[in-house]
Amino acid sequence: MTSDPAPAHTPAAPRDGAREGTRGHDSARRLGPTRVLDIDPLLDDPKTRIVVCCGSGGVGKTTTAAALGLRAAERGRKVVVLTIDPARRLAQSMGIDSLDNTPRRVKDVDGDGELHAMMLDMKRTFDEVVEAHADRERAAAILSNPFYQSLSAGFAGTQEYMAMEKLGQLRARDEWDLIVVDTPPSRSALDFLDAPKRLGSFLDGRLIRLLTAPAKLGGRAGMKFLNVGMSMMTGTLGKLLGGQLLKDVQTFVAAMDTTFGGFRTRADATYKLLQAPGTAFLVVAAPERDALREAAYFVERLAAEDMPLAGLVLNRVHGSGAGELSAERALAAAENLDDAGIVDQETGKAAFRNSPETQGSSESPADSDTATEAPAPDVGSPAADRASADGAVGQLTAGLLRLHADRMHLLAREQRTRDRFTALHPEVAVVEVAALPGDVHDLAGLRDIGDRMANGGPTGTA
Amino acid sequence: MSRLQVVSGKGGTGKTTVAAALALALATEGKRALLVEVEGRQGIAQLFETEALPYEERKIAVAPGGGEVYALAIDPELALLDYLQMFYKLGGAGRALKKLGAIDFATTVAPGLRDVLLTGKACEAVRRKDKTGRFAYDYVVMDAPPTGRIARFLNVNDEVAGLAKIGPIHNQAQAVMRVLKSKETAVHLVTLLEEMPVQETADGIAELRAAKLPVGRVMVNMVRPALLDEADLELVRSIPRTALAKSLSTAGLGGARRGGGADRLVDPLLEQAGEYAERYALEREQRSVLTGLGLPLHELPLLAEGMDLAGLYELATELRQQGIS
Repeated sequence: MTSDPAPAHTPAAPRDGAREGTRGHDSARRLGPTRVLDIDPLLDDPKTRIVVCCGSGGVGKTTTAAALGLRAAERGRKVVVLTIDPARRLAQSMGIDSLDNTPRRVKDVDGDGELHAMMLDMKRTFDEVVEAHADRERAAAILSNPFYQSLSAGFAGTQEYMAMEKLGQLRARDEWDLIVVDTPPSRSALDFLDAPKRLGSFLDGRLIRLLTAPAKLGGRAGMKFLNVGMSMMTGTLGKLLGGQLLKDVQTFVAAMDTTFGGFRTRADATYKLLQAPGTAFLVVAAPERDALREAAYFVERLAAEDMPLAGLVLNRVHGSGAGELSAERALAAAENLDDAGIVDQETGKAAFRNSPETQGSSESPADSDTATEAPAPDVGSPAADRASADGAVGQLTAGLLRLHADRMHLLAREQRTRDRFTALHPEVAVVEVAALPGDVHDLAGLRDIGDRMANGGPTGTA
Repeated sequence: MSRLQVVSGKGGTGKTTVAAALALALATEGKRALLVEVEGRQGIAQLFETEALPYEERKIAVAPGGGEVYALAIDPELALLDYLQMFYKLGGAGRALKKLGAIDFATTVAPGLRDVLLTGKACEAVRRKDKTGRFAYDYVVMDAPPTGRIARFLNVNDEVAGLAKIGPIHNQAQAVMRVLKSKETAVHLVTLLEEMPVQETADGIAELRAAKLPVGRVMVNMVRPALLDEADLELVRSIPRTALAKSLSTAGLGGARRGGGADRLVDPLLEQAGEYAERYALEREQRSVLTGLGLPLHELPLLAEGMDLAGLYELATELRQQGIS
């Protein structure tokens, strides 16, 4: 199953096309076998408790997460999907008009399993954390603090921090067999790992401690110089930010500290959850240079952090059922037809369109011998009409061949990009998901994507 | 023509590419354009195939007709230090502040502050004049944060107002807003002919308008070539497959009889045509949504060979031909 450089079930098409395309590419293919990522065993394994979908923006991460969740549920598991920023259509595809911060059961899921879906509301999650850890009065004080308000609404890293927080909460409730997490949309996939820690250490950081407790410092010997620096600094920052902000920060940190414990500790705890057995990372990408470069960074990072990578989901991969016909041959053939086409093509098309016979014959294409003579209608039409219809067919055929050449070029390009990744990371199991012509609108669409993922090949070309 | 051109777009639509092409297009005929990056990911350097950009304006490309494109990757920390230097003449103390983490603190603690520093730097470049009184740059093109965040990013006044009610940052924000809301600025949105990016574009435009920020153009990127037209697609639906096999055979692709080389091509080719037709219909629908937005619409082709420096110049030429400068 892993002996072939391309997933075993991929039609021969892309391979052959590529071979006819570029030689260097062909040699790149021999670098080593790519492992095929088998989705179903991963989803079925009762030991798999968390699946994290990560990757750069615009690669179909959220859709992948939803499709995985649905598939796992329909294979009998009790699943919750935590999405971060789903498109309206995707939420609707799960039958939920507006996802919110509470898991909602998705209807019409086949089988014995359950699918729940929710969307992270970072402000709400943050508020809940505060409310859970402080008495009412203190919570009210924190919640109304202006610095807290801007922090919870849109601080760099808050979304990632709260995604982790929510994941920790869901896991702690232990109500689900499997949690599928989508990660916040960001340029860099690494943000998901780095932002919570960054925010945690910032809030727990030396500076913020100093700012909040300058009085203590003054008492200590040897700290005088620093203290002078501090007051200069708080002075400067105060001037710069308008003074009030600094006070807000101080009040906030003091209030949070006594009730909440360290931010950093908390971030570390969820971080550990990601390293725990039972967590699997799926890196999602599209066969494009930037997306795969991000994917490669992420793969390296996961390895460095001892985080378990299940594999790479490569979305939007194209295939062709006519892979044996190279782009070059297709284009040459199209030119042959162009050269032959001497009749007025517009008239030809019109002649074709207006014929009731051809309309009717479209459903019974294989049975007619007459069609080999001429596709054009014969009824009372002069030979010229037939010839012009031939011209239209010729033009259409040329168009189809150019379309095919375009597809083969795309295939070759996707294959090259993929090979570059595979060459660097031959150890990473890959599953290719065939491109869909349109967006997903319903559970059937998500199910289709799940099938494509499980079957690993561009099924659209079959 | 606005002198500050802000380019935003949904992730994956190629807004950095479009911003760079726009800078090249605007710089043609002896003009000077500054291309500004604010997200610290060195996308411009990658695009122009040079080493990482420092926090300094440097020439990065020459445009046809003797124009010049400069590039600047704004680092909010260094921008703040600059700023402190300018207002407080901090000298070495600035470095000490940085060492203590105060700069990091200040740029992190107030989300709006970071944005004011970034937009402030761009606005400063717009207003800057040389000794002769001529503008230092004819155009400043900003590769801005994505559509989902653009209105917030540009609307620094509101962001900062809650935090810094007085002080130099407050004043800076006011000054920045005056430029951003004026005719000097145009915010362009890059999209693809796909449902989600188009929806985000429409939402983004609504947010920008609500914030009274000047919306410029919609740029549709990576438009695939129209290889089959309406008539072709209609014919595809009605053509007998034997006719197609015969035509393929005529083109030199094997026998038209059943099982022959040409015959075996018919089904896969028709299937690809079917996929094309489906996408064609979707794209037409999205195009009409975009047309309904009532903004100038530009289309940039998908480059068959992927994006490289030559492709960038190609896109710039395309933009010029579409009358963008």
